[in-house]
Amino acid sequence: MTKQQGNGLLEVRGLTARVGDRQILKGIDLAIRAGEVHAIMGPNGSGKSTLAKVLAGHPSYEVTGGEVLYEGRNLLELPPEERARAGVFLGFQYPIEVPGVTNSAFLRLAYNTVHGSRGKEELDPLEFDDLVREKMKLLQMNPDFLERSVNAGFSGGERKRNEVLQMALLEPRLAILDETDSGLDIDALRIVAGGVNALRTADNGILLVTHYQRLLNYIVPDFVHVMDGGRIIKTGDKSLALELEERGYDWVAREYKAKAA
Amino acid sequence: MSSAIQTLVNRPYKHGFRTEIEADSVPKGLSEDIIRLISQKKNEPEWLLDFRLKAYRHWLTMTEPTWPNVKYPKIDFQDIIYFSAPKPKDKKSMDEVDPELLRTFEKLGVPMNERAALAGVAVDVIFDSVSVTTTFKKKLAEAGVIFCSFSEAVRDHPELVRRYLGSVVPPGDNFYAALNSAVFTDGSFCYIPKGVRCPMELSTYFRINTQESGQFERTLIVAEDDSYVSYLEGCTAPQFDTNQLHAAVVELVAMDRAEIKYSTVQNWYAGDENGKGGIYNFVTKRGLCKGADSKISWTQVETGSAITWKYPSCVLLGDNSVGEFYSVALTNHHQQADTGTKMVHIGRNTRSRIISKGISAGVSNNSYRGLVKIGAKAEGARNFSQCDSMLIGDRCGANTFPYLQVANSTATVEHEASTSKIGEDQLFYFASRGIDTEEAVSMIINGFVRDVFIHLPMEFAVEATKLLGIKLEGSVG
Repeated sequence: MTKQQGNGLLEVRGLTARVGDRQILKGIDLAIRAGEVHAIMGPNGSGKSTLAKVLAGHPSYEVTGGEVLYEGRNLLELPPEERARAGVFLGFQYPIEVPGVTNSAFLRLAYNTVHGSRGKEELDPLEFDDLVREKMKLLQMNPDFLERSVNAGFSGGERKRNEVLQMALLEPRLAILDETDSGLDIDALRIVAGGVNALRTADNGILLVTHYQRLLNYIVPDFVHVMDGGRIIKTGDKSLALELEERGYDWVAREYKAKAA
Repeated sequence: MSSAIQTLVNRPYKHGFRTEIEADSVPKGLSEDIIRLISQKKNEPEWLLDFRLKAYRHWLTMTEPTWPNVKYPKIDFQDIIYFSAPKPKDKKSMDEVDPELLRTFEKLGVPMNERAALAGVAVDVIFDSVSVTTTFKKKLAEAGVIFCSFSEAVRDHPELVRRYLGSVVPPGDNFYAALNSAVFTDGSFCYIPKGVRCPMELSTYFRINTQESGQFERTLIVAEDDSYVSYLEGCTAPQFDTNQLHAAVVELVAMDRAEIKYSTVQNWYAGDENGKGGIYNFVTKRGLCKGADSKISWTQVETGSAITWKYPSCVLLGDNSVGEFYSVALTNHHQQADTGTKMVHIGRNTRSRIISKGISAGVSNNSYRGLVKIGAKAEGARNFSQCDSMLIGDRCGANTFPYLQVANSTATVEHEASTSKIGEDQLFYFASRGIDTEEAVSMIINGFVRDVFIHLPMEFAVEATKLLGIKLEGSVG
């Protein structure tokens, strides 16, 4: 993989998007370089999850302006499955249930599709089984999970681990994790965070969407962005997260308004 | 709704061609004279004509059922041709089938030539109103199994036919069963003697060819003590913009410790994407577990027909007898299905199991309707029912109508139901893992129907999987 010069991994410029008649993103600028971890924080309804879904190509959201370059290519013109094959991964806030489809079948199809598009050989069920069991150890997952239907009847923690397992299998270049920490108790949080950290390399980038700074104790970000009203209104380093924890979001919004006025 | 789900287009129906063949038909309409004419054409014995006329007179007093959850214009029963047969070309040998017919069935993938046939499957081929050939008869006869067209059975085994015809589905059972009893023209007959395990799968392939004809066939399967048979049924029809009526009756009788496994893959023409044309599939199927420890298992994959109205049922008379119903019903475009089963527990310790999977796409409507009835003497009877519905897109409908009647306090009856939807979010989840829509739908559907498909014979399961794929091709695209 050649390093992108100057552009970095992801370059978002003036991105606006809406769902139905509601404008949610009102001009996002964000640059992620290889090796960096960015956290996006902000109050409910600020547009954090929308940004994550728009980057992954969710069909309910309509991009109304701006551009997104991924590895220098126009990401927005790719359908979601091609974004995934190109190395963009979205860890879902609410992973979807698929009754009747076993995890092992689902994971193998995903693995073979994504890696196949990068020219790797397909793995047969036995080879894949070895691989997936090894990755599952990392997340301390029970092997019986492979025979269960995708996310059906999973606890919140199991679903989130499954998301991180998928990330581990697909080896994305850009991982967007949408509130992967929500609904996790402290032990599960530690395991999930450990899983993410293990996948952190100098070559990939991670975008964490989160409500709480506690996740950032485990996955230490290079940058923290505060979103409000569909814009990034402040950017800082990891100390900003601690400040937000202490003081809440209101002061950031006030500061932003004062600057704008 | 997203454009992805809206681009719901079927691959064209590939069995929609019509065979140009000279037909020997009776005039349109229904009357005692027409019934006499049909009976005469078939050289039937007096008792069979009586059976027909009684059924007809009863039918005249009946009205069409209105309780199914389907809508269609009133059928004009005088506008239907009740008998249409390809004209025989002065050929006596069974091996000499009209080449035009041979080509037709070759095109449909139903080989009538035994050398070309699927190993281990004997086929009875019904074209419009008559059976045109039955394969592997000799081999079956060596095992003592009778497998032939209904007409031949009437001629060669009248005592058996007379004993069992109407014994499970009486002529006056319901409107369409009465109609069938009056005008049925052919069908398949199958008799498995005591202690015989039928050496091959038996199968009937039904083809409706004539635009204005209905198809009214009867199937009768009798399995004597300790015997076993697996029977398969497949159906197609040409593409016409008018509707054709298919009103069949299937009767199964299982004696002590006998087992009958009956599988259907139904792919009648379903009408076009605007709901024009297609088969009205109004069918009565019932099995009688007459003997102790007998077992009847229905597996159906219903993908075709404009309207499907059928409830393959089991009457569990013998103690410890078992009834099973495994069903996948798929509706797309304007198709309507009201299908399910009846499990009637009469004997002690009788058991039944119902697994129904409904898939609706387009603007179709798919209903499960099932009755579990536990009689007063059915000590220790058990039933388990599971009815799952899957919706593709948001313009289709699914309904479940379970009826439970329990008259014995020692019985156990369980019912589970679920509804799921292949929606944008599910497809986006797959997409974000690199899996495109077509593959995602196929994976979701195959997972959904798995519990039913494992009960199909191998060749049928492969066919049925392909068929679902074709039917839903582009349905979420």
